[in-house]
Amino acid sequence: MLEITDLHVAVDGKPILKGVDLSVQAGEVHAVMGPNGSGKSTLAHVIAGRPGYAVTAGEIRYLGQDLIGQTPEERARAGIFLAFQYPVEIPGVANIQLLKSALNQVRRARGETELDAMDFLDYVQSRLGLVGMKEELLYRAVNEGFSGGEKKRNEILQMAVLEPRLAILDETDSGLDIDALKAVADGVNALRGPQRAMVLVTHYQRLLNYIRPDRVHVLADGRMVKSGGPELALELEERGYGWLEAAPEARRARA
Amino acid sequence: MGKSENVGIGDLMQEEYRWGFVTDVEQERVPKGLSEDVVRLISAKKGEPEWLLEWRLAAYRHWRTLSEPHWAKVHHPPIDYQGIHYYAAPKKKAGPSKLADVDPEILATYEKLGIPLKEQEMLAGVAVDAVFDSVSVATTYKEKLASLGIVFCAFSEAVREHPELVRQYLGSVVPHTDNFFASLNAAVFSDGTFVYVPKGVRCPMELSTYFRINANDTGQFERTLIIADEGSQVSYLEGCSAPRRDENQLHAAVVELVALQDAVIKYSTVQNWYPGDKEGRGGIYNFVTKRGDCRGARSRISWTQVETGSAITWKYPSCLLRGDDAVGEFYSVAVTRGRQQADTGTKMIHIGKNTRSTVVSKGISAGEGSNAYRGLVKVLAGADNARNYTQCDSLLMGSRCAAHTFPYLEVKNDSAQVEHEATTGKIGDDQLFYLQSRGLSAEDAVNMIVNGFCKEVFKELPMEFAVEAQKLLAVSLEGAVG
Repeated sequence: MLEITDLHVAVDGKPILKGVDLSVQAGEVHAVMGPNGSGKSTLAHVIAGRPGYAVTAGEIRYLGQDLIGQTPEERARAGIFLAFQYPVEIPGVANIQLLKSALNQVRRARGETELDAMDFLDYVQSRLGLVGMKEELLYRAVNEGFSGGEKKRNEILQMAVLEPRLAILDETDSGLDIDALKAVADGVNALRGPQRAMVLVTHYQRLLNYIRPDRVHVLADGRMVKSGGPELALELEERGYGWLEAAPEARRARA
Repeated sequence: MGKSENVGIGDLMQEEYRWGFVTDVEQERVPKGLSEDVVRLISAKKGEPEWLLEWRLAAYRHWRTLSEPHWAKVHHPPIDYQGIHYYAAPKKKAGPSKLADVDPEILATYEKLGIPLKEQEMLAGVAVDAVFDSVSVATTYKEKLASLGIVFCAFSEAVREHPELVRQYLGSVVPHTDNFFASLNAAVFSDGTFVYVPKGVRCPMELSTYFRINANDTGQFERTLIIADEGSQVSYLEGCSAPRRDENQLHAAVVELVALQDAVIKYSTVQNWYPGDKEGRGGIYNFVTKRGDCRGARSRISWTQVETGSAITWKYPSCLLRGDDAVGEFYSVAVTRGRQQADTGTKMIHIGKNTRSTVVSKGISAGEGSNAYRGLVKVLAGADNARNYTQCDSLLMGSRCAAHTFPYLEVKNDSAQVEHEATTGKIGDDQLFYLQSRGLSAEDAVNMIVNGFCKEVFKELPMEFAVEAQKLLAVSLEGAVG
């Protein structure tokens, strides 16, 4: 579903990703881990098409199509979803209004009819339960005055409503207490399916106690330095990242 | 680098003004220039009584002693007051008595603008008075309103049919000596709308006037007078447009509102005069004096304005809170883009006891637009327990536009509570990317952000017009990003 080959990305002229490879198949959940400043968030955002992130070499293919050059909305309509580490506030815009506009854009792109207000309300209420979110939050302005946990749940709610093919979760676990973390993980697990792929970008292993990934990758200094099964996450929890950054494999890659 | 890397708040383009067509009708107009003779000629054309002519002449003589004000944060070349036609009317008798008498070309113009005048096609529950250049061409639903004792007609008709009301209230809120543009208007005003709602009557429909400037080199000087008698209520909406022309055209209107005891007036404006082209050529100079007098106890006047047009907007819809417990409100969205300039705001004058006022101003600047909020809150010595809340928010799009806030505060009574909040923000690239990553186009994303920013004002508009205002805003900001 997602094929990233030798991806180089620069932000403000500074190279951040220096040759990343990643292959994700439908139905799989991958975790991308790594220390701060390794390029994890850059990877997440460049897949979603963030302006200012220049692809200087390499390829990102999604469902066989070249993503580079597509606008963020084109990617979203094609089924890519990015859950933000820092969800953005949109004052005066009701949460439900954004959800409805977004869903109808995506439905139009899928050749489906748009939902009217009543059908949409039924649909969105059915999704609220997945993330344990209060209905009241639908009528508040997007992310405005939301607690950290509410913001993250709201991201998962958007994902549940939009039903993307490929979901990228950027540090969705950061800043969450254990209850919020469980609620978010429950939502993510409920959305796992054979047609959907997910990439979890995270610094800590603890999210992976609740969401079991199929593959774990370690990104350090803009390169994937190690890949493995779920057990790799536990090893990282125990040993930290230092041994990998110093590992011969990484040194070779840097040379 | 792909094109996605280039999207963001960037250069601003000018979407073409969609209301800029010219209607080909035969015009009758007085020669250019202003003199006592022109004032007399206008008055004679309208068959006015002597007292009104004298009032005009007094205004004209006073105007000649004044000079154009320059304190507003706007810039324009000198206006040649002798280069303007002060009266233009579609040929035929002025003020047709029924729709069948209206030139079909003019009816077609209003249809093009989305203002059908045929009653059966009209927006349910909205009575319309249409002013084309200097004269009122049609007033709908007049009979239905008359059965309730409500007068809703062209100003010139009110002078003929209800001279005692006009004489009692004309100039009682905005005197003919008030300011340069108000004096000019008093001297040469040609038509406008008159509304009287009798005691205890709630007007059952929105009253609406649509102003259209059509002729070139012509000023429009309409005058609106609304009187809400004791315990009555009325909601009034005005809309405006003009053809695109390379020269600037002057629009100097006066609006007077009088709310007697327990009366409520809600006055909404959707102003979309031609703003000029992207180099700043042409466009309307919208220099307007609007003032409401909460004359009676517990009276309430609410101004809501959505200002997207005009090359220059200079207006301060104000409230004189004279009656005890009177309430004044001002809700405003002003958009400037291209080379548009706006200096707008309000004056809340607290005179009576326990008077309250609320001011919510939303300024949006894009391109090289300049947007200033100028507001005065004045609490007189006798105004015990006066309250004011003012909120001024500015939204900037791009880096070449400007926003300014000039709040003035004069408080002469220690029991007053006055609050002022102001914010300035930009549409963030983060906000845009967030919405785009949810499938919205850059344009839809901007509209959503801007509409959210204006929400507190839009919710004050009558429902149908809130929808119109949102569409208008979307059109005005088309191409503002990307």
